[in-house]
Amino acid sequence: MADPVAQTSLDDGHRGTVAGDRPAGELAAAHGLADGDLVAMFRTLALARALDERMWILNRAGRLPFVISGQGHEGAQVGLAWALRRGHDWVAPFYRSVATCLALGMTPRDLMLANYAKASDLGSGGRQMPGHYGSPMHKLVSVSSPVATQILHATGIALAAKLRQTGQVAVAIMGEGSSNQGDVHEALNFAAIHRLPLVFIVENNGYSISVPAEKEVSVRDVAVRAAGYGIPGVVVDGTDVLACYEAGLDAVARARMGGGPTLVEAKVVRLTAHSSDDQQTKYRSEESLAEGRAHDPLPIFRSQLRAAGVLTPALEDAMAAQIAAAVDDATAFAEAEPDPDPATAMDWVYAERWPGEQPPPWHQAATSGSGR
Amino acid sequence: MPTRTFIEAIRDGMSSELRRDPMVIILGEDVGPKGGVFLATDGLWGEFGDDRVIDTPLTESMIVGTAIGAALNGLRPIAEIQFADFIFPAFNQIVSEAARMRYRSNNGFGVPMVIRAPYGGGVHGALYHSQSVEAFFAHVPGLKVVVPSTPYDAKGLLRTAVRDEDPVLFLEHKKMYRSVRGEVPDGEYVVPLGRAAIRRPGRQLTVVAYGLMSLYALEAAERVAAEGIDVEVVDLRSLRPLDRDTLLTSVRKTGKCLVVHEDNKFGGYGAEIAAIVAEDAFDYLDGPVSRLAGPDVPAFPYNHALEDWFMPNPSRIADAIRRLAAY
Repeated sequence: MADPVAQTSLDDGHRGTVAGDRPAGELAAAHGLADGDLVAMFRTLALARALDERMWILNRAGRLPFVISGQGHEGAQVGLAWALRRGHDWVAPFYRSVATCLALGMTPRDLMLANYAKASDLGSGGRQMPGHYGSPMHKLVSVSSPVATQILHATGIALAAKLRQTGQVAVAIMGEGSSNQGDVHEALNFAAIHRLPLVFIVENNGYSISVPAEKEVSVRDVAVRAAGYGIPGVVVDGTDVLACYEAGLDAVARARMGGGPTLVEAKVVRLTAHSSDDQQTKYRSEESLAEGRAHDPLPIFRSQLRAAGVLTPALEDAMAAQIAAAVDDATAFAEAEPDPDPATAMDWVYAERWPGEQPPPWHQAATSGSGR
Repeated sequence: MPTRTFIEAIRDGMSSELRRDPMVIILGEDVGPKGGVFLATDGLWGEFGDDRVIDTPLTESMIVGTAIGAALNGLRPIAEIQFADFIFPAFNQIVSEAARMRYRSNNGFGVPMVIRAPYGGGVHGALYHSQSVEAFFAHVPGLKVVVPSTPYDAKGLLRTAVRDEDPVLFLEHKKMYRSVRGEVPDGEYVVPLGRAAIRRPGRQLTVVAYGLMSLYALEAAERVAAEGIDVEVVDLRSLRPLDRDTLLTSVRKTGKCLVVHEDNKFGGYGAEIAAIVAEDAFDYLDGPVSRLAGPDVPAFPYNHALEDWFMPNPSRIADAIRRLAAY
């Protein structure tokens, strides 16, 4: 694996050296990793959580009109993403992919700029609502709101990777709610026929907004549907970061070696409401919520790394301070960045400007009479 | 100059692009060894092979969605939808994804791809093999919609569409595939998107049309010419982007405008043309902007008597010209 500093997703100025270059302990060695890798994975998970929690605070404080987040999904996201070659492999994420985006190299500032919808948001320049990340340089496909459309995009990306012989793997990520869409069936079928270098990931948190899994999925495990396409289907405990990493390694290796797609289902929990506009206590019992908290990947991974001697109190303190600083920095930075200029709102409907596309009369005022 | 049928010109356009650029692929239902149900891709699988001419399952959303992904990762897909009537399972992918990708990513991602679809009636295709779908898609910013009316334009516009950086919906009137023949150069040429063609200059009345209706409008114009009505026929070729200048210049000159299309009238593409003319050429108008379009029933009924009833034709267009000219 790459060195832990490169694998962190902290902003410049916040890159950590706390992991050090310690040799692999028993736990890390069992997974072909160094201790620094485990620390970097934990840091990414903890950073994703801290950023996510900050987004909710900013929502309640009236700074962000909307939040949709990945709390409870981060363990699976970090483990699975760690199996990829950053900047080489493609990922079509979904709106809970906060930790996925960080693990693939987006920074806290990048994510906050997207949530604040500022002009310098590299995914959309402030055009997309919060949570709809995307980044060409990280090969993270722009997220849209109609669910499961991205699964076919990843299929096409994998088709191109195969035909162009780029050695890339494409990853399509969805929730179990999205997994019921027809596009998913069409993608699985086509990808299996052509043995595309593709990994389908279902992050199953048991709810599509309010509808529980037993009313939205006809089987207990989405992964068993893989059999219908003649491809491997794998269920993995999404609170077990290293099990997810192993499942990811296996699926990615199969894809890269021409063995075709794999459907990986990670069982995760949704610790928050669906979004900031949802009140989940209306449809979830106290037991369900407690069950979710008991399967929070963050304390589980922390305990595992403490027991293995990878995390020490000193390291944790340093990391916590570093993460808090990174979240504060990202928030302050995004707050201070300018909004997009309405004079740019007609840009990039097409790659070039066309005489047939006319701006509204008020656009002329926005462009200060510069005209078109 | 050699002559080609409409469908031969389309095939030539595809094969020349496949030869020019190794990133160009074709995917769709039956496009491989069979060469497409209309034989638009006949012979291409033999020349370019499995990797570049890809037979797909009967999954229109997948054809378009996968083409979007392939375009994101460097290919230039030409996706064939077997009949325009079957494009609706892909509507979400076209409208929510292909058309919006560049805008929503602030130019971070683009989707250079072509979606070819045979449209139109008059071939005993009934409700589900005859539809015109342009109004649904011309409405969408981010999409380009092209409807050629000659073999020359079909080849030239298709080449331009393949080279375009944005998604282009390329609509081919299926009745023209073998019934229309014209001169098509063998060598390199392209026809730009967003440029209308004046097929017949005239002074008294402008007929605006596209696809097969351009040909019918020309025929109608010749008929009424004998009666002393001098008609200008504007073939839009590209519905979006629209060549507003050619449209408005013509109407400002003639003072009268008739829009003809085969698609249903209500909310059809002609309504947009009429609105543009009313907004931007009002002072020049010498009669009501008029539309001749398919009747507002869901689609072509099958029986030949009913099909004939639905279809705008040169005689009906000539009548509409006479009515407007007499205003």
